[in-house]
Amino acid sequence: MSVSTGSRRALEKGPSGWLAAPALIFFLLFAIVPLFGVLFLSFTKWNGLGEITLDGFSSWTTVLTDPITGNAMLVTAKIMFFSFIVQAPISLLLGVFTAGGQKYRAALAVLYFVPLLLSSAAVAIAFKALLDPNFGLGPGLGLPFLAQDWLGNSDLVLFVVVFVIAWQFVPFHTLIYQGGVRQIPTSLYEAAQIDGAGRMQQFFSITLPQLKYTIITSSTLMVVGSLAYFDLIFVLTAGGPGYATRLLPLHMYLTGFKANDMGAASALGVILVVIGLALALVLQRLGGKNRNDSQLEGA
Amino acid sequence: MATEIQLPKPPAAVERPSGPGSSPKKHPRAKSARQRPNFLGGLGGWAWLAVIIIPVYYVVITSLKNQAGFFTSNPMLPPTEPTLDNYKLVLENDFARYFLNSFIVTVGSVIPGLFVAFMAAYAIVRGKGRFLSWTNNLFLLGLAIPLHATIIPIYWMITRAHLYDTLLALILPSIAFAIPISVLILSNFMRDVPNELFESMRLDGCSDWAMMWRLALPMTKPAVITVGIYNALHVWNGFLFPLILTQSPDTRVLPLSLWTFQGEFSVNIPAVLASVVLATLPLLVIYVVARRQLLSGLTAGFSK
Repeated sequence: MSVSTGSRRALEKGPSGWLAAPALIFFLLFAIVPLFGVLFLSFTKWNGLGEITLDGFSSWTTVLTDPITGNAMLVTAKIMFFSFIVQAPISLLLGVFTAGGQKYRAALAVLYFVPLLLSSAAVAIAFKALLDPNFGLGPGLGLPFLAQDWLGNSDLVLFVVVFVIAWQFVPFHTLIYQGGVRQIPTSLYEAAQIDGAGRMQQFFSITLPQLKYTIITSSTLMVVGSLAYFDLIFVLTAGGPGYATRLLPLHMYLTGFKANDMGAASALGVILVVIGLALALVLQRLGGKNRNDSQLEGA
Repeated sequence: MATEIQLPKPPAAVERPSGPGSSPKKHPRAKSARQRPNFLGGLGGWAWLAVIIIPVYYVVITSLKNQAGFFTSNPMLPPTEPTLDNYKLVLENDFARYFLNSFIVTVGSVIPGLFVAFMAAYAIVRGKGRFLSWTNNLFLLGLAIPLHATIIPIYWMITRAHLYDTLLALILPSIAFAIPISVLILSNFMRDVPNELFESMRLDGCSDWAMMWRLALPMTKPAVITVGIYNALHVWNGFLFPLILTQSPDTRVLPLSLWTFQGEFSVNIPAVLASVVLATLPLLVIYVVARRQLLSGLTAGFSK
């Protein structure tokens, strides 16, 4: 029977690798080729329209000696740090809070997750209006200290950006933590209560240690994700005032598509890739070894 | 297995099949009724609600004000004479076309993306050989790279292919960027399909192609839906590709239209905010109807 010989052969080899080919081709063409492309273009001169000409290291010299690049890296690092410090504890606590079964908490959770539906452009536009010193929150509540020029003051703007980022992304991390908390066996809490452990004690000796891998996952996403805060900041501040919120991805975009220096922008792209890979590697090391455990956890 | 008795399960126990033999599972922590209620937690919970809701409330009430009302009334109070004129203005400014564009790009990239990612996940899980493990590693690497660092070469490729300012220019890279996470989630679920099922179908003379559609697909349907929702949300809300790869109003998608509205109607804040509400409305409807699927879709990458 031809079927049986055919299937025996298939039994040994499994499905053909060709099934993976379409996905692979797409990915090679639009992700891997551009990855090498960005490296190549960093050694060229191109204004985005005309001819591409080889230009040696001049884009790199431009980028690396430009103080704006250093500033962009600093802004990126600051936003990464502060948004982590703000988001991590809030989303952890909210995750624990919403995982509790009380009806009112479930009802609150429904509203907590609404920001997840909004595009970054929508969030940025909403906050731009809300933070207006004349027609926004400050005069509305009659609280003068809220009626500042939030987006025009270069000392304040970074924290405003961090706040808006938290507003948009805390719900997502809350969701991750909520899932993590729900995986913790109830018996642990029951045993602790019999032993007379209070709420705080339960939190620190059961909830936190049990959430270890959820914390690693969420933190990795927060840190690596902060390299992708482009659209929100682009619409909210466009990098300003001055260069106060011009972080690396935005600096790359503006260099390439506004200043028409695609060579320098590509060099910035390469820097972005290297930072992203390095961060992912370090975080993988930190949380590493039990990668399988961490995948079993969560919502 | 042989003596498994199918007891009718109480609905609460079906919800979360984690702890063994714990029937009042639904309220894991509320059960501790002896503990005094957590006032501090409740206070924090309500405070965060205020943080989330105030901006949403502000956007909605402002979108219902007329321009004079916006400048004169208290910003945090609802309008005395609510008006839908702003919505009318937004709808008259080609909102339907942008909506349609967003819809085409989302469906056009999510469906083919699911198709190719599903086949790849099936091959990676069921197949053998160096080529497949190499492919899988490449996709995993893709998860670690901030892919939008590559927008400049993508822009170059799209202009070279004469696709600049077309919807296809948005669809093609969106498919590619969704592949790593899609393959990861789908193959994680595919591994849980018992091998015996494949073996017995194989003995019945089923080809790999047939098994993929008749066994693997039905068995991983929840994962497919989850990945679909996750990708759809990302494409629907995506801003960067439209910004660099399209230009004319004919190819404008919703998030970009919000930004251009903001430029065009800069003084008419209520109209700008009405466009924000309108652009979010479809997702809000989906959220109300299918909250569970939507939320599980969002954290799909970490659920297995």
